[in-house]
Amino acid sequence: MSKLEKLLEIKDLRVEFGRKRDRFAAVNNVSFDIYKGETLGLVGESGSGKTSIGRAIVRITQTSHGDILFKGRKINGKIDKALDQEVIRKIQMIFQDPMASLNERAKIDYIVSEGIYNTKNYSSEADRKQKVEEALLSVGLLPEFASRFPHEFSGGQRQRIGIARTLVMEPELIIADEPISALDVSIRAQVLNLMNDLKKELGLTYLFIAHDLSVVRFITDRVAVLHKGRIVELAETEVLFNNPVHPYTKGLLSAIPIPNPRLERTRKIAFYDPSMHQYDLYPPKWIEVESEHFVLTDEKEG
Amino acid sequence: METPVRILSVKDLVIRFNLRGKTLTAIREASLDLYKGESLAIVGESGSGKSVFTKSFMGLLDKNGWVDSGSICYKGEDLARYKTEKDWLRVRGKEIAMVFQDPMTSLNPLKTVGKQVQEAIELHQGLKGETAKRAVMEIFTDVGISNPEKRYKQYPFEFSGGMRQRVVIAIAIACRPEVLICDEPTTALDVTIQAQILQLLKSLQDKYNLTIIYITHDLGVVAHVADRVAVMYGGDIIEIGTSEEIFFDPQHPYTWALLSSLPQLGIKGERLYTIHGTPPNLFKEIKGDAFAPRNPKALKIDFEQRPPYFEVSKTHKAKTWLLDPRAPKAERPKSIEAIRAQWGCYNE
Repeated sequence: MSKLEKLLEIKDLRVEFGRKRDRFAAVNNVSFDIYKGETLGLVGESGSGKTSIGRAIVRITQTSHGDILFKGRKINGKIDKALDQEVIRKIQMIFQDPMASLNERAKIDYIVSEGIYNTKNYSSEADRKQKVEEALLSVGLLPEFASRFPHEFSGGQRQRIGIARTLVMEPELIIADEPISALDVSIRAQVLNLMNDLKKELGLTYLFIAHDLSVVRFITDRVAVLHKGRIVELAETEVLFNNPVHPYTKGLLSAIPIPNPRLERTRKIAFYDPSMHQYDLYPPKWIEVESEHFVLTDEKEG
Repeated sequence: METPVRILSVKDLVIRFNLRGKTLTAIREASLDLYKGESLAIVGESGSGKSVFTKSFMGLLDKNGWVDSGSICYKGEDLARYKTEKDWLRVRGKEIAMVFQDPMTSLNPLKTVGKQVQEAIELHQGLKGETAKRAVMEIFTDVGISNPEKRYKQYPFEFSGGMRQRVVIAIAIACRPEVLICDEPTTALDVTIQAQILQLLKSLQDKYNLTIIYITHDLGVVAHVADRVAVMYGGDIIEIGTSEEIFFDPQHPYTWALLSSLPQLGIKGERLYTIHGTPPNLFKEIKGDAFAPRNPKALKIDFEQRPPYFEVSKTHKAKTWLLDPRAPKAERPKSIEAIRAQWGCYNE
């Protein structure tokens, strides 16, 4: 895999919230790379810091330690304006709830154009219209929809609008924060298909943040499992699902309900108890158990 | 389920809503029998009427909605005839209770958790003061809230999502209901917590001999908890059967479509199956099979006449013309056959 180009590198990232005595690290010691053209899944329970990582990458949240490199250039902390503009253009985000993430009082035309207005990434009014039209078409919506308001659309269509407004920026990396968890089963499939198609057509790279593991298995190439702000396991998706090593990953995988009543009745859930580790005595290390399969573990368990 | 006792029987229920001067038919002559002690799951996409259907059992329809015709028989009474709040108070909580989807919004943030459970106990069991408080502790232990003395005095914000859902379940159980309706009880929760809550509901079901209706769109959850599954589409139950029958031997094209679009069954790199078109417009009268416009292989009769139930087995029936002996033999989609092959345990 070393031949692949690293689009984004995260090194020893730490994100903290609160002040003084209440200060705590939501993300700690996190390092991973995202290769060009892949879909990396980030899974973990709520509060594990998956969204914080996503937000740190798009510079919404401050980082307190570590580096985030985009195409080899540092993009966290203080950066110059030109680079900031470039990051805004090249890294885009799709949000969870399409009901809440679209401005109810703006027309689709404005919602989709807002990004290019802000980055002045168009030469003329006709050019802007053209770009909006193309973005809408590529997500399977009609250009006529540009003059409508968000409330006239269904949940699936709204999420398409959310995707269209990222595409208009011509991004390279898209951070999808639980893009389908607020959608209905039948619409989920549509949005997943759309994301896969766009990836192929436009050569996009995704960071796919989710807690629904069955979806993650379907759409991602590699998965990182996050627990309490640390990555405990990282591997290719099928490797991870077939051969989980860390006890937390095992617990998480065993909790996925399978749509098969026969298997369900006998399914055993492995609950994860963090006190089984003695990380104070034996500090955990990041170990490669097999090729490209990393686990956080201490010497005793190793 | 040795000798099934029918506890609730809904017949030809029609529910309508008034919206901006227009009438919408949310439930179109749906019928359902519920048996004591069973777990029934109702599945379907949003807008199919699952919530409205079950809310009508408790008189919780919005003000602009009403039961137009049909009956809801419960313990010899027709709930569809209930008009006043006073009537409903005899049923609500005591007989039929509900657990809502989002534990973040269904608790009062300004009252301690203990007080909220105690309220329900005082109202429904007639206990007062210290005895009521002791009952709260008991229920807390039942739903797996440890350290009840301390937890009693805490506010909802001090509880995590899973713990809050336990409190909501405690309030529902406090009324000692016969039927518990769980409206998407785990959608707002993480997988690991979801597994715990489902296990809790199962153990409570055994302990109190509850009959549970699960409303959900997660077919994995359905497979985990349900004895029987009802599939709703366009305000009607289009297929109902035991969960094995629905998962391994589905008959209605909509059930096929629903199962086929599961990401669990998807093959990486290939497209997932999607259902084309949009759900039916409930403002208009639906002619024929409600799913026909979205069914690429719909028969001519599907557009003209509404199919009745065809029995597949004693427990399994579906509303589709495909089961009519005169219908041409329709092939199930490959993905459905794949489920049968992959899990290959179903013998006809």
